[in-house]
Amino acid sequence: METVVFIVSALIVLAGGLGVVSSRNPVHAALSLIATLFGIAVLFLNLGAQLLAVVQVIVYTGAIVVLILFVMMLLGVDREEDLDTEPLVGQRLLAGLIGLLFLGAVLAIIILGKDAIVTGSHSVTGAISPTISNISQIGTALFTTYVFPLEVTAGLLTIAVVGAVVLSRRPNDLAPIPEPESMIYMGDEPLTAIPEEGAH
Amino acid sequence: MLSGDPLLSGHIDLAVVLIVLLKVVAVFAFLLVATMLMIWFERKVVSDFQNRVGPNTAGPFGILQTLADGIKFFFKEDLIPDRAERRVFILAPLLTVVPAFLLFTIVPFGGDFSNGHDGSVELFGHTTYLQLADPAIGILFALAMSSIAVYGVMLAGWSSGSKYPLLGSVRASAQMVSYEAALGLSVCAVVLTTGTLSTHGIVVAQAGSGWGGFIPHWNLIAAGFVPFVVFLLASQAELNRPPFDLVEAEQELVGSYHTEYSSIRFALFFVAEFMNSVTMAAIIVTLFLGGPAGPALLGPGWLWGIIWFLLKMVAFLFLFVWVRSTLPRVRYDQLMDLGWKVLIPLSLGWLLLLATFWVARDQHWNGFVTVALGAVVGLTGYGLLKGAIATSKARRLEGVVD
Repeated sequence: METVVFIVSALIVLAGGLGVVSSRNPVHAALSLIATLFGIAVLFLNLGAQLLAVVQVIVYTGAIVVLILFVMMLLGVDREEDLDTEPLVGQRLLAGLIGLLFLGAVLAIIILGKDAIVTGSHSVTGAISPTISNISQIGTALFTTYVFPLEVTAGLLTIAVVGAVVLSRRPNDLAPIPEPESMIYMGDEPLTAIPEEGAH
Repeated sequence: MLSGDPLLSGHIDLAVVLIVLLKVVAVFAFLLVATMLMIWFERKVVSDFQNRVGPNTAGPFGILQTLADGIKFFFKEDLIPDRAERRVFILAPLLTVVPAFLLFTIVPFGGDFSNGHDGSVELFGHTTYLQLADPAIGILFALAMSSIAVYGVMLAGWSSGSKYPLLGSVRASAQMVSYEAALGLSVCAVVLTTGTLSTHGIVVAQAGSGWGGFIPHWNLIAAGFVPFVVFLLASQAELNRPPFDLVEAEQELVGSYHTEYSSIRFALFFVAEFMNSVTMAAIIVTLFLGGPAGPALLGPGWLWGIIWFLLKMVAFLFLFVWVRSTLPRVRYDQLMDLGWKVLIPLSLGWLLLLATFWVARDQHWNGFVTVALGAVVGLTGYGLLKGAIATSKARRLEGVVD
């Protein structure tokens, strides 16, 4: 049963990942990313890490990708892209090579390590103690052993928020952003009529 | 182990699988019938508020109106606009309906909580809870589902390839992401009070005869009224119901994200919206009003669980409709101000206060000093926030910043 769930969700994760890099439309790429994140959440569930699975869905799927999509819709960058040209020459070849290198490294570890790579523990993400619930163990660890990293992260996030507020406050002695050209020269024509190239 | 349900902790044989299947079918049917009745109820009550008759032809009191509408929708032509993004356009209604269904799986809709029972019920010789699933993460699952519910609305608006739907979906994503924070923080207060995430555990913590034998031990009182009020307001915004229905403001955006939809695809959006209302009422009842917990007056206790649950839920559904037919829609800046400058600071501050009181109780601090210090810190925070908002407004009026 575990294996079946693993295979299905791993396939979803891989298909989503391929979709992210190969979609022409950025929105389709974001949708593929959602599939990948969901697949990872199911993998977490399969390992018995319920909290991680739910946090994965709430934070990544429910907030971050929503904001990515929001920005794409707001700025209107949701047009099809040309995938044939490479922004950096040779980046695809390099990406492929590095990917193969990683695959080789993982395979090498498995083949050379033989039995030594099996640690014997049930799973890394699962509960440490079977009697206390997973969630309270994570909570206790976060607020005792790892309380300093937790507080530092909170400080970092606060700095990021304050920085965003400062950046978004524009002093108004700067020249105002001009109206988009298309709206100035369109006169009294209805806004639905899209002006042809070079009409104005 | 996926569930706290005693049914699944023992040996799982065919009978257990059949019981689970039975519960799935029962919950599915209940949710569909409840949604159907909710649509009728809302139309009927709103028309009463507006002094008109409302649906009255199909069935007694027009109760079959929704069914008639549904059948009609099935036979309508299904249009897909030329400029629509076909695949996403077809996917979007499904993405709204599926989370709406899944959300109800964690709601305890019955069970024997009277006289100190723990809510388990004998079903064909097996002990079980009257809820589909009782995962350890419980209420977090509800937050996860409500956070992905935004995708349907967002993608529907975007994929329609038209202006008003796109505006609607941009509004929807901003609104739902903003109010999720307030929703989550008020859930935190409940979890802090009951000490468990499991929905069944939350109900058990609220069961019993209560303070003085008659005031129920509800989180509504135990967590203070603030989380309840915040949750109620945020849930209305999360559901896109009036007075927070900026997402589908008909006067501004035609029909917003479902403008281009027709036939059964439109019906799916409609059903999902009302199903979410039903589920949200059920979740409010579970979190703050003890769910199916209540005294058994006469007859078997499990029956009274279901009766109490339904009574409380219908009361909230009536409240939703009442609010909808009474209040005018808020402006968009008012909506954002309420979310970010009132609800989030309020629920965050209240959460800190609650945590302080729990620590004080554990450490045997002086109760009076704790309350006084808490009040002082809370008032200082409120003053600082007020000051910051006033300063930024003054500077904007002076024209120093944009």
